[in-house]
Amino acid sequence: MSVTVKIPAQLRGVTDGEGEIEVDGTTVGEALDAVFSEHDDLRERITEDGGLRRFVNVYVSGEDIRFQDGLDTALQDGDEVTILPAVAGG
Amino acid sequence: MATWELRCKECDTAYPPEARYVCEQCFGPLEVSYDFSALDAEEARRKIQAGSPGIWRYSDFLPFDDPPRAPLEPGLTPLIRADRLADRLGLEEVWIKNDAANPTHSFKDRVVAVALAKARELGFETVACASTGNLANAVAAHAAAAGLDSYVFVPADLEEQKLLATGVYGTSLVGVRGTYDDVNRLCTELCETRPWAFVNVNLRPYYSQGSKTLAFETVEQLGWSLPDRIVCPIASGSLFTKLARGFNEWIDLGLVKGDLPTFNGAQAHGCSPVATAFGEGWEACKPQRPETIAKSLAIGNPADGVYALELARGTEGSIDSVSDDEIRDGIRLLAETTGIFTETAGGVTTAVLAKLAQRGDIDPSERVVAYITGEGLKTLDAAREGFRMHEIEPTLEAFESGLEPALTR
Repeated sequence: MSVTVKIPAQLRGVTDGEGEIEVDGTTVGEALDAVFSEHDDLRERITEDGGLRRFVNVYVSGEDIRFQDGLDTALQDGDEVTILPAVAGG
Repeated sequence: MATWELRCKECDTAYPPEARYVCEQCFGPLEVSYDFSALDAEEARRKIQAGSPGIWRYSDFLPFDDPPRAPLEPGLTPLIRADRLADRLGLEEVWIKNDAANPTHSFKDRVVAVALAKARELGFETVACASTGNLANAVAAHAAAAGLDSYVFVPADLEEQKLLATGVYGTSLVGVRGTYDDVNRLCTELCETRPWAFVNVNLRPYYSQGSKTLAFETVEQLGWSLPDRIVCPIASGSLFTKLARGFNEWIDLGLVKGDLPTFNGAQAHGCSPVATAFGEGWEACKPQRPETIAKSLAIGNPADGVYALELARGTEGSIDSVSDDEIRDGIRLLAETTGIFTETAGGVTTAVLAKLAQRGDIDPSERVVAYITGEGLKTLDAAREGFRMHEIEPTLEAFESGLEPALTR
């Protein structure tokens, strides 16, 4: 599955300025691992003990992955995986 | 004079005082961090007492080098001793902080006044927000008063009163087909590409400081003393946690003596991610899809949920939730005993206060303050069923013989 992972502005310092990264993956976890293999520093910024840090939200085509199967959420060809800070709003 | 800077609440990394809200190291929230060591408590107290009749009297405790001037100054809302409510609940000392008495009738005027003063200082010409309604009213009004352009994003199914009380100020009102959490995600994405000050996204560290003024006023209005317990509604958890921050700043500085009150949070059953996490003993909240009449509290993915949990647990408080029927009963209970007509969020707060009293969680001798954050005229549907009107012909006979006997029976 070819998907687009969207990187928020606050993390582009560790992706050489890239805001959208095309990778292959059948789940959100696989897609993120593929991004980490290109930009290793990103891993420690948004993950901790193998899971996402508590202030990171991840959406697949606009839907929070915590309403789906978390990092095991399945991806379709062409899906957008969006990483956003969880500290806005209210 | 205090000095301040932006720091990550999680890893303490410092950042320049700009429009930013996320730590680039750990993705944690940025907060304003103060150094009050140059502030003398007695001098600070005198300045407050001689200050303006609103939140700018506390500007030594807000993130400004010079006290802001803003046309719609909120604050110094009434703190009312509610003896008839206390009687009904079997308590001795209950106070209602009626924050509906602000310029746009909710506590959001406090956070918006601070955020807009900061937006102007940073040179923004357009302000925006993601809102469940009250924030929309406040951003639209304060932007109009300051002559700034504004964009207000809300769930499209909001109460009509809240839409009207936003649109009237001439803002660009955008109804998003989705929940508040969808609106919030959209605004977080828009914030990356628009040169706008989103008060609760990129200005959130400053915005949230405005909530502390509710704690400061409580202390001042109680004669420079602290409550034993507070009851406060929770949506994102920002107000709840910043109330504690306000009390703690003044305790640490010696402006008031005593301990941080017990913190009780209030949510609606239909959107209770923080109450559920509290009840289950979780450290973090699991997001929910909101389904409640308390739309101003309908945040399914609360940004400050983890901190609200820590606060309730650390003060031996709790976070409870109530049903839609209990919310309607809460609105009526407050109205019938205090003469204050609150919106659904205040119904949630009053209903949780009643629940705590019934459960025996509150010692009758405690001094309790409940925070009423919004106005009943903004959520009229919740009050429609609670009474009936007696319609008569305009004659004495119609009243005296047709109706009065039934009313006085």
